[in-house]
Amino acid sequence: MKNILTTLKLIVLTSAICCAAYPLAVLALAHAITPETAQGSLVRDAEGRIIGSRLIAQGFTQPRYFWPRPSAVDYNAAGAGGSNLSPTNPELKVRAEEILARLGQEPDVPVPADLLTASGSGLDPHISEAGARFQAARVAGARGIDVSVIQDLIAKQAFSPTGPLFGKDRIVNVLEINLALDAASRTTSSGTP
Amino acid sequence: MNELLTILLIVGGTAVIAWPLGHYMARVMQSGKTLVSHGLDAQNWKQYLGAMMIFNVGMFVVVFSILITQQLLPLNPDARESLGWDLVFNTAASFTTNTNLQHYSGEVHMSYFSQVFGLMWLQFVSAATGIACLAALARGMSGKTNFGNFFLDLQRATFLILLPLAFIVALAYIFAGMPMTLEGAAQATTLEGGAQTIARGPVAAFVSIKQLGTNGGGFFGPNSTHPLENPTFFVNMISLFALIVIPMACVWMFGRITKRMGHAAVVFVVMLVLVLTKIGWSVVNESAPTAAFAELPVEQTTGNLEGKELRLGATTGPLWAVLTTATSNGSVGSMHNSLNPLTGLAPLTGMWLNETFGGVGVGMINMFIYIIVAVFLAGMMIGRTPEYMGKRIEAREMMLAAACLIAHPLLILGGTALFCLIPSWGAATINNPGARGFTEMLYEFTSAAANNGSGYEGLGDNTIPWNVATGVVMLIARFLPIILPLAIAGLLAAKRPVAETAGTLQTDTPTFGFMLVGVIVMLGALTFLLAAVLGPVAEHLLTNFK
Repeated sequence: MKNILTTLKLIVLTSAICCAAYPLAVLALAHAITPETAQGSLVRDAEGRIIGSRLIAQGFTQPRYFWPRPSAVDYNAAGAGGSNLSPTNPELKVRAEEILARLGQEPDVPVPADLLTASGSGLDPHISEAGARFQAARVAGARGIDVSVIQDLIAKQAFSPTGPLFGKDRIVNVLEINLALDAASRTTSSGTP
Repeated sequence: MNELLTILLIVGGTAVIAWPLGHYMARVMQSGKTLVSHGLDAQNWKQYLGAMMIFNVGMFVVVFSILITQQLLPLNPDARESLGWDLVFNTAASFTTNTNLQHYSGEVHMSYFSQVFGLMWLQFVSAATGIACLAALARGMSGKTNFGNFFLDLQRATFLILLPLAFIVALAYIFAGMPMTLEGAAQATTLEGGAQTIARGPVAAFVSIKQLGTNGGGFFGPNSTHPLENPTFFVNMISLFALIVIPMACVWMFGRITKRMGHAAVVFVVMLVLVLTKIGWSVVNESAPTAAFAELPVEQTTGNLEGKELRLGATTGPLWAVLTTATSNGSVGSMHNSLNPLTGLAPLTGMWLNETFGGVGVGMINMFIYIIVAVFLAGMMIGRTPEYMGKRIEAREMMLAAACLIAHPLLILGGTALFCLIPSWGAATINNPGARGFTEMLYEFTSAAANNGSGYEGLGDNTIPWNVATGVVMLIARFLPIILPLAIAGLLAAKRPVAETAGTLQTDTPTFGFMLVGVIVMLGALTFLLAAVLGPVAEHLLTNFK
């Protein structure tokens, strides 16, 4: 009986401290220190409408945009997940062949693997720098601009996620580079009335 | 080279911090002040276990009630609905037992109230239960029949160990860009004009204790592969540190309370060597490209990328897979079901052995059983009565230790065999064909029995048979390996100490370390080698030698 009473007392006590005081303290600090990222790193347009999250992939399909890695959940940020396909599952090869056809792969240039593999969350916001360069010609063609402009933009946007100490592979945030593309187009078009 | 640096920094760096943390833990578990202390007297091992069980039943009942009524409760901005009884049973069992096997998907099924007051609460108190029981075991092994008081220990572990660490790690997380909000999902209109609903929530506070308490139950379905749960490489490093630091410190805590730091050092090195072996194995195997693209024009210099996130770096998948299963955490940094076949042996081995640091508190308790067996076998080999910490190990203790060791494979292999026999329970739910499908079922039972919580996901496990079977396995596999070792310690504590002589088996020498490794590897191989051959090894051979 005494044990049950103590149990009840401690359930209330631990809940109050661990589930109310602790998360509220973290919440208050998050809103004071990092209000932007605490809300999910949302990106807004000039009118303040939410375009998406810097951390969440969007399912770009138009040729004028860079495309993200494939997603097993069709970029559903309300129900994320991976393909969970085993490397020995034939479905993986079938899926890769479909994507290869869509990318319009040139025979001499092997496709960077990240463009053919679904990420764990299905929401990986990045592609490899090589994956971006692979798409440069298509994006340039669709926008009617020189491919070197796109290559320069990729070089500017690519960064090493691990810092130079832990790796040299560079990646590109797809939403950010696409926003930069649109911003550049707007400047150019507003320059020629 | 870079891979090596990452691994050394995470494992080595954490090992350095675990040393002072272990001392701190020993100190507060022995004499830390608590809020409720009136009338909490010393308990013997039976009373201690009784108090522990009553509190854990309370944990289960509270969270079962919250989950089954979540649609009526507050903090539900996205209007999550009620869950089926079997899923609620499985989830309450899973989080009470520190397993965090998830047959639901956080952002799809759970209200913020369920996440914070149900699941996150259990992530604190289930971890605290483990630490408390280890402290009690250590007191018993130091020769006391007074095992302490469970309710005091629970408060000490929760408020003086887990809470401060969780707060520090959560702060690091919000600095690094993890979300922390009570607002519901964000509605976005994408650049191409589509609609995207972005689930979010009080992630930082939740993920912090998820990692520290070897819980592993993610806020979002895909756990720490989700960009909002693991936004940067830096967060990933912090998460890996948080994942192993308390299990490592537990070894030193045990050494401090039993006053056998030399012995603790031997145990620590044994665990470390086994972990590093598994890391080496998985990193090498996972750097091989995926077999699926062998005949396609694909540039595969970065290894197998299916199920992995680019921002987390190349080693994260295999490194996380090893650490999360070595410690019974069960969070994932890549999708385990997309790992190369042989890589998968590393997480499976981690859970089969389940004591290479292991869960908070309980990892060292599991190791205690292996130590008892190693001492006994060594005693037989040199023809002396086996003694451990000045007490004779005799038939009764060995029977309890053997029961503990047999229960683990029995639950795993028995469960897998049952689901193999009934196709509508097992075969109908698998995600990949062939040997991998078998491994998915084997992994699920292994994860439940190891109180781990990771999965070869994709398995359709939100069914009544899976929910009930793994729920029951988790409960047995949690409490049996706490009750039996504490009983052994209780029996030993009641015995008269034997004087140490020149003939006493030393447990603080490298020789004993080798003996311990031998016992662990031999017992593990004898019980699980066949299952390993039927699963990952068969899959590897069938792919590479057609």
